[in-house]
Amino acid sequence: MKKIKMSIAAMLLLTVSFAYAQEKDKMDHSNMKMDHSKMMDTKTDAKAEVILNDYFNLKDALVADDTKKAAQLGTTLVASLKAFDSSNYTKEQQSELADIIEDATEHAEHIAESAIDHQREHFKTLSKDITDMVAITGTKNTLYQQFCPMYDKGSAWLSQKDEVRNPYYGSKMLTCGKVQKTIQ
Amino acid sequence: MKIVKIIAGIFLVALVLIQFIPVDYNQNDTVPQTDFMVVHKVPEAIQKKIQVSCYDCHSNNTQYPWYNRVQPVAWFLEDHIKEGKAELNFNEWDSLSSRRKTSKLRSIIKQIESGEMPLDSYTLIHRDAKFSKEETEEIINWVTQLKDSL
Repeated sequence: MKKIKMSIAAMLLLTVSFAYAQEKDKMDHSNMKMDHSKMMDTKTDAKAEVILNDYFNLKDALVADDTKKAAQLGTTLVASLKAFDSSNYTKEQQSELADIIEDATEHAEHIAESAIDHQREHFKTLSKDITDMVAITGTKNTLYQQFCPMYDKGSAWLSQKDEVRNPYYGSKMLTCGKVQKTIQ
Repeated sequence: MKIVKIIAGIFLVALVLIQFIPVDYNQNDTVPQTDFMVVHKVPEAIQKKIQVSCYDCHSNNTQYPWYNRVQPVAWFLEDHIKEGKAELNFNEWDSLSSRRKTSKLRSIIKQIESGEMPLDSYTLIHRDAKFSKEETEEIINWVTQLKDSL
């Protein structure tokens, strides 16, 4: 009888401590998650940086009037947009980001299969999408929003340098435009 | 000469046989609440033009004249409709976010402006789908206004 009592007590003890350990584990986990999202706020979303990097390469190809390279980079950008993960953002930000990514993906797809005039048309809307994305994700680098008043009633794009190199006209009007805003 | 006859015969038989392969017709009775014309107040002339020139490939309802029911024309068309609907479906317009709408409207303007849409292969038979110079101007002005108001 005593033996049975002892073993029941032991079992209970074990169960309680096990449950406690699990609870603690959960708490640790949620703490970690919070730390993680804090890190996001300090502008280190690696996947957003990859998208930005691809976008800048694409911009440079358009500056160089290189249709073929721009098309390839369009495909690259489609892949990095697909890989984007918004799970660390708030619900509102998530739906906004999903919308942005969907739109940007469509434009990147078109850039991948079009002639240069079309690529530049789509690059305009893509630039707007990427700018809106950066407003949410932030970035570790300083970016310059540049603006050309001539292309399609005025068009903006992002650049890593403040020096103007126009992706809408390329060699035809390489330095047309000005810095509109500095994004930090 | 005999060989030519045999080959022609085979083609003819094949042509008859493929008529029996079923085609997935793009047809629906109802116009959903998300339709472009339901959501926006479209002037009558423009509404008609968009319906005639765009809806065959950019909605859930294609008008099928007899030649569109003959193979391999029907297959060719089926492909275009699939692609067209994936790009833009006027019936599902309101399910798009305002960012997506603006984006689509911009593309519509560019496509009509450059004469890429409606497709030449389509206007070749559908003469009334063609945009005259005035019609082009009218529709671009209207769509631009709509885009700026969103």
